[in-house]
Amino acid sequence: MIRNKLRAFLTMLGIIIGVASVIAMLAIGEGSKQKIRGQISSMGTNMVMVMPNMQRRGGVSLGSSSSMVLKYTDVLALRNEATDLSAVSPEVMASGQVIYSNQNTQTTIYGVSEEYMGIKKLEILSGRFFSANEIKDMSKVCILGQTVVTNLFGAGADPVGLSIRIKNLPFQIIGVLKDKGESGMGQDQDDLILAPYTTVQRRLAAIDYINGIFASAVSEEKSPKAIAEVEETLRRTHKLKESAENDFRVMSQTELLKTVTSITDVMTYLLGAIAGISLLVGGIGIMNIMFVSVTERTREIGLRMSIGGRGKDIMKQFLAESIILSILGGILGVLFGYLLARLAGSLMTSHAIVKTQSVVLAFIVCFIIGVFFGWYPARKAANLNPIDALRYE
Amino acid sequence: MNNTIIEIKSLRKDYHVGEVTVHALRGVDLKIHEGEFVAIMGASGSGKSTMLNILGCLDKPTSGDYLLDGINVNTMNNDALARFRNKKLGFVFQAYNLLARTTALENVELPLFYNPQIRSRERKEAALRALEAVGLTDRMHHMPNQLSGGQQQRVAIARSLVNDPVLILADEPTGNLDTRTSFEIMELFQDLNDKGRTIVYVTHENDIAKFAKRNVTFRDGKIQRESIVSDRLNAREILKTLPVEAIEEFVL
Repeated sequence: MIRNKLRAFLTMLGIIIGVASVIAMLAIGEGSKQKIRGQISSMGTNMVMVMPNMQRRGGVSLGSSSSMVLKYTDVLALRNEATDLSAVSPEVMASGQVIYSNQNTQTTIYGVSEEYMGIKKLEILSGRFFSANEIKDMSKVCILGQTVVTNLFGAGADPVGLSIRIKNLPFQIIGVLKDKGESGMGQDQDDLILAPYTTVQRRLAAIDYINGIFASAVSEEKSPKAIAEVEETLRRTHKLKESAENDFRVMSQTELLKTVTSITDVMTYLLGAIAGISLLVGGIGIMNIMFVSVTERTREIGLRMSIGGRGKDIMKQFLAESIILSILGGILGVLFGYLLARLAGSLMTSHAIVKTQSVVLAFIVCFIIGVFFGWYPARKAANLNPIDALRYE
Repeated sequence: MNNTIIEIKSLRKDYHVGEVTVHALRGVDLKIHEGEFVAIMGASGSGKSTMLNILGCLDKPTSGDYLLDGINVNTMNNDALARFRNKKLGFVFQAYNLLARTTALENVELPLFYNPQIRSRERKEAALRALEAVGLTDRMHHMPNQLSGGQQQRVAIARSLVNDPVLILADEPTGNLDTRTSFEIMELFQDLNDKGRTIVYVTHENDIAKFAKRNVTFRDGKIQRESIVSDRLNAREILKTLPVEAIEEFVL
């Protein structure tokens, strides 16, 4: 087979394409998974979120945003009692128009406390965070995300010290956030303004409750315990009877991560399996060519038998040829697949990652294909009658 | 004391073709001693090809005995027969049966690959010696398609010698060659026989049969006639009398 290089290459083509596509698919899948995990992680894997549950009164759903169940006192209770939480912050939301001279933009203003920065892994690029006094005084100070900065002042500007109008109220900019990019779910994490929660409550939203509680668990492993603690504490502060359902929802980032990971895993393996079908076709190709080869080399087989080749010698010879073809195709396929993965990665702005596991798997599968699809032709060769074989035209 | 290389007693061979039974060999007795040079002749259907197959241990008799170098082939299964062929026999075919896209040297080495007792270096040396014996060392890296018919047959003969067999079996060795080249091959066979090789060949040409020392003629599955060749030809002498060709070898 090695003597006829063109035919050998054409035979291997099926395997090469099969292996390449499997390797590339798995790599793209792995790359996507890592990217999403990374993005979710960058939002804080220890993060625990509490949202109001959907309110039903008299069988009518009122929607969760208008729910008034969460209060700042809940935050205080959690800070005191939930030992598996390392930080807790309220979140109050108001959305509206923000104006600076002749520029304006629509964005969301989040009312938070200091802990919010650590919980959501936000960083100050320039300026400072609001002080405890500013929170107490409901001061009209704010911190801008990069998208808002770009929309109002132009990209890369440093507007610290300037004044903007949020829902027609003047706010002073005391800080600017470092950019974070897109979240794993596709949201722009830089399109926001931070302000003291007291300010947003009283001056922007005119409410006395909060919209959500953000906290971070002491560690990823403690997340489930932390969630249990939150539930216990809040049920008490909300004075819920034993039979009553929670009027809030607790979610952790870890769960989200697990869900996303398992979804991308399934998708990846599905894509890999589909690509694997072409490997099957490649194996059939090898079997085909081996059959043709055996027929073409009938006289050669007869000769080999006459000079001392036993059935098992012939069998070994042809099996070895099909295995070599298969493994060689696998090697070329891995190389080609690696290139494909890199190409796809650069087009999709996520690195495609080729795991060593995939490569090892590819070789094992190629070996098995070589044996499986080479077996029948090899046996046919071994069972030839030397006298008839020598006479074959 | 000359060994009996081949001893055949009451050999019968039957083939079943559908419902018909063909009696290819109907009781053959034959002895061939070491150093003999025998030509087997006969018309188509006389049984000579069947005889050759059995002599070559490629087929087993339906009844009767075939002892090659003292060992009865009936005692061996297919795998053992293969090993036996490798050790004791050398084959030369009408169509040479060399491996294409393989050098002459590699072709000659081929039987040694099936000999578990020989290692790779000894393999190459044995092959070189065999090529020397047929006078083709200067062509050892050529492929068959770069060799003339006569040269290819020489390579095939070298291959048949490489395991130092007790017997060379040739099936119409000059069938695909022109007159002059045929004589050159018979000259080689006669040289090998002079040095002690036992050679048995099948031919349907009467003059080619005259290069041997003994002729055995088959008819209807039996030996019709056995005779010492009285008017034996000498290939070397004949070649000297033939007109010399201007160009003997293929120009590549």
